Amino acid sequence: MLIEAFYILFFYFTGEFISYFIDGFIPGSVIGMVLLFLALAFKVVKPNKVKKLSTLLTENMGLFFLPAGVGLMNSLGIISQYWVVIVTASVVSTILVIASVALVQQKLGKETDRNE
Amino acid sequence: MNNLAQSEVFSLTLVVGTYLASLALYKKTRICLLHPLITSIFVIILVLKAMDIEYESFQKGSHLIHFLLGPSVVALGYVLYEQIQYLKGNVVSILTSVFVGAIVGIISVIAIGELMGADAALVATLEPKSVTTPIAMGIAEKSGGIPSLTAVIVVAVGIFGSIVGPFVMKVLGIESRIAKGLALGASSHGVGTSVAIQIGAVEGALSGLAIGLMGIMTAILVPVISFIISLF
Repeated sequence: MLIEAFYILFFYFTGEFISYFIDGFIPGSVIGMVLLFLALAFKVVKPNKVKKLSTLLTENMGLFFLPAGVGLMNSLGIISQYWVVIVTASVVSTILVIASVALVQQKLGKETDRNE
Repeated sequence: MNNLAQSEVFSLTLVVGTYLASLALYKKTRICLLHPLITSIFVIILVLKAMDIEYESFQKGSHLIHFLLGPSVVALGYVLYEQIQYLKGNVVSILTSVFVGAIVGIISVIAIGELMGADAALVATLEPKSVTTPIAMGIAEKSGGIPSLTAVIVVAVGIFGSIVGPFVMKVLGIESRIAKGLALGASSHGVGTSVAIQIGAVEGALSGLAIGLMGIMTAILVPVISFIISLF
C-alpha cells in the first residue's frame, strides 16, 4: 500500500510541477491523472502497482470534498441572492450537455454497439 | 472544550462519521434528495452552527481529508485505464462528442449568465458544473469562481442530470450504449455513472471514462473560451 501511495503522490507532484510552469492553466491533479493513465497505457507502470489505492480513493471521492462543500455556509448569501440564475443555468445547460453528447456519439460512433 | 471543538480530531471524526451515516441512510432509502453529500454537508453545517464554530476553524481541522481530493483525481487515471478496451474503434467519436458537450456546457452557462445579468464570479462558479467535484473546484478556483459553491452545484447537477438523462435520451431516440454512458458521465459525473452502471456494464464504463474526459476538456476549454470572448 505504501508503494501505491508513493506512485499516486509521485504523479500528483509531477502534475503540480507541470501545472506550476503553465501558470495553473490546468490543475496539477488533472495533469497527474493524464500522466498516470499514459504510464499505465504505455506499460511504464504496472496496473497492480496502483490498483488497490486507486480503487479506495475513487470509491470514496465523496468524502474528500466534504470539507470544501461545507464552505457553503459562507456562501449562503450569494445563493439566496442568485438562486434563479444558478437553477436556470444548471437545468438548461445540463439538458443541453446530455443531448449534445448523446446525439454526436450516436451519429459518429460505430453502429455495432446498439441494444437490439 | 473550545480547543477540543477546534481540534483536528474533532473535525475529522465529525466528517468521516457524518459521511458514513449519510451513506448508510442513502443506501437504505435510495431517495435522490438524500444523496450522501447533500445530507453530510447539511448535517455538518448544522453541527458547526450549533457549536458556534467558524468555517475557517473547521477548514483547518479537516484539511487532511481535503488534501486527499488531489490524489483521488490522479487515481481516476487508473479508472480511465481500466476502460481502455471500450475506446477501440470509437476514439474519435468519443473525443468529439465529449468535446462538443464540454463546449455546449460552458457556452450555455455563459449565455444564460449574460442574459440574466450574473456577475463574472458567478459564471466562473457555474462553468465547471458538469465536471467531477475535485476537478470542478480546481477549475472554479483558477477562473475566479467560488469553489465551495461549485461543489454544491456540481452535486445538485449530478443528481438532476442522472434523473432527467434517461428521459431526455429516450425522447431523442438514443439507442447507442456508448452514447448513453458518455452522456450520463459527461453531464452528471459520478452520480451519473452510478445510474449508468445500473443500465449496463458498457454504459457504466463509458460513463466513468466521460468523467475524466469532461474534466480535462473543461479544464482546458474554460480559460480558452474566456480568452476568445475577451477578444471581442
